[in-house]
Amino acid sequence: MELIFILEQVLNGLLSGVYFLLIALGLSLIFSLGGIVNLAHGAFYAIGAYLTVVLVPRIGFPATFVAAPVLVGLLGIVIERFLFRRFYRADPILSLLLTFGLAMVAEQGLRMIFGASPLPYAMPDFLRGQLFLGDFIYPYYRLMMLAVATVAVTLIWLLIYRTPFGRVVRAGVQNPEMVGALGISLEPYMVAIAALGVGLAGLAGVLLASIVTIHPAMGQEILTAAFVVVVIGGLGSFWGVVAAALLVGVVRGLTIYFEPAASEASMYLLMVLVLLFRPRGLFGERIQKFE
Amino acid sequence: MLLKSTLSRRTLLKSTAGSAVVLGMPAISYGQGDSIKIGHLTPRTGFLGPLGDYAVMGIQLAADEINAAGGVNGRKIELVLEDSVNPQTASAKAERLIERDKVAMLIGEISSASGLAIGQVAKRTKTVFINTGCNSDALRGSDCNQYMFHIEGANSMYVQAVGTYLLKENQVKGKKWYSLTADYAFGHDLLKVAKAFMEKNGGQFAADELIPTDISDFSPFLLKIRQARPDIVISNLAGNQITNFLKQYSEYGLPFPVVGFAFDTAVAWGLGKGNFSGVWPLVWHHLVDTPTSKKYIGAFSKKYGKPPENQSWGDYFSLRIVAQSMTEMKSTDPIKLAEHLRTGAKFDIGKSREGYFRAYDNQMVMEMYAVRAKKAADMKDQWDIYEALGTVPAAGEDLESIAPPKGACNMA
Repeated sequence: MELIFILEQVLNGLLSGVYFLLIALGLSLIFSLGGIVNLAHGAFYAIGAYLTVVLVPRIGFPATFVAAPVLVGLLGIVIERFLFRRFYRADPILSLLLTFGLAMVAEQGLRMIFGASPLPYAMPDFLRGQLFLGDFIYPYYRLMMLAVATVAVTLIWLLIYRTPFGRVVRAGVQNPEMVGALGISLEPYMVAIAALGVGLAGLAGVLLASIVTIHPAMGQEILTAAFVVVVIGGLGSFWGVVAAALLVGVVRGLTIYFEPAASEASMYLLMVLVLLFRPRGLFGERIQKFE
Repeated sequence: MLLKSTLSRRTLLKSTAGSAVVLGMPAISYGQGDSIKIGHLTPRTGFLGPLGDYAVMGIQLAADEINAAGGVNGRKIELVLEDSVNPQTASAKAERLIERDKVAMLIGEISSASGLAIGQVAKRTKTVFINTGCNSDALRGSDCNQYMFHIEGANSMYVQAVGTYLLKENQVKGKKWYSLTADYAFGHDLLKVAKAFMEKNGGQFAADELIPTDISDFSPFLLKIRQARPDIVISNLAGNQITNFLKQYSEYGLPFPVVGFAFDTAVAWGLGKGNFSGVWPLVWHHLVDTPTSKKYIGAFSKKYGKPPENQSWGDYFSLRIVAQSMTEMKSTDPIKLAEHLRTGAKFDIGKSREGYFRAYDNQMVMEMYAVRAKKAADMKDQWDIYEALGTVPAAGEDLESIAPPKGACNMA
């Protein structure tokens, strides 16, 4: 019987790992290609959630589901064009300061427009309900999230590993100078990756708006976990982020089962353990510019 | 090739100026000259931030009204507002308000841990501090002092308020209860009080989970609750924790009734249709029907475009009490103020019966309330989320019957 409960927590952990994944994947893409430590990533997720609350009553959930991430992605293009672009070659500490300021401005902006109180928002009725399999319970909503994340991750994998576009991106991660020497400008690729990464954070905001409290500082809440996932997974590694996100979800779930008070500490402990044995993270590749 | 950006001093300044503006926000103060300065501390960030927002709205409204009516003894009230952040910061800022800003007294706080820190500063500097949001019984017990007053209800008063209705509906005797508790001073204190109440009335304790204040995914806990199959689930959570918990409780569709031993209306207003259920305690709510409450609700709604809730009630009426007392005494001396409050003077705090500070522990002795969540279909608007169950103690009963039990407080 005990084993059933543990298994239940493992599967539930995989489910919650999915939303770490949506947020961390964009973070990893932007860092691997541009070297930008994006502390504003959580703010884009918060903006996605707020857009959901604003748009759903006007255009319904399905349309919002498409529109909100696209809008956040467009915002990503603007930010990339006018801010990130100036910092690709600069000391990482500068982009850290820039995005830290950006996160603050975004959070206070949300506070000024919508107030500090949480905004009421409930999932659409057609997604309410639970699937029961014996002792197991899965809300339809989380299964939908799982499906959406699986599709999104598969598409991104295809884009990066099966298209000419992806070939340039991967080369740019490894050796931007050589890509430039071959006469290829990385600029348009960076725009696309920023839009994609930031749009994914927006998508996570849309999905999580039904589950968590919608308040101006919600971006801060997930940012640390997302960074931990990126570090555990390893820079420049696509599957590393996927594996790390699921692992963090499962480890947290199991910790809560056995020792709830340590639930937050568990992911940092995991990070320490991974870095002790694999300093570049689980699947981290050797990237010249970061060595 | 990526654009090569050369870093100049100007770029660095530009990129950091934005965060400096936000980071270095000075205290906001109003008025000048011969005014009475009141220091206000409350959390504006973190899981209690949304409640702190209401606290500020409440005290600002009170200051506006008092100043519009000519101030106190001809002097204007000047508020110095600070974000108390956490216990360490709250303590440092309380000292700064007293020593640098020379405030006459302190009002505010929500976190019981920060409240304790401010209370210690108040005692050391002999400054009056009215606590408007910390619930721990310990603040009225082993940690009490003669300069710290409590307009906020204590945990034991909240438990009595909801407990009265649980007993009426046979939800205690022989029932297996499972609780989730905020993992900091307030939650630990509440769990102790809750256990004592449930034990006394024949409830069976199933399990308790201590919940970190920064956790947002409750699903692993919900699975544990489901396994335990309790008769009743009890929330000893605080701030945004309650919002996260109730949203996900409704998502997982667990069948066990939920009740809470602590609550703020703002966290339920932020839930969304169909996510709210259960019976909850409140120190005040916007359905309380007295002339003073009606006037307060009207003024608040006019100024902020939304109804007030319990946290804004605490900060609003604290300042009203201070102004009324100082006017009656014809003095602004804080020591005299403390003495006056401890004489058992009665105050209209918008409830059907007047309240007074009990000299034993400086706790405001007053009515408490319980509310029941409405079904989504019965809601008239987004604010209409619960029905009032009534007052505790009931009309005609002694108000002191729900005040914190005496024993641990030693003022000397």
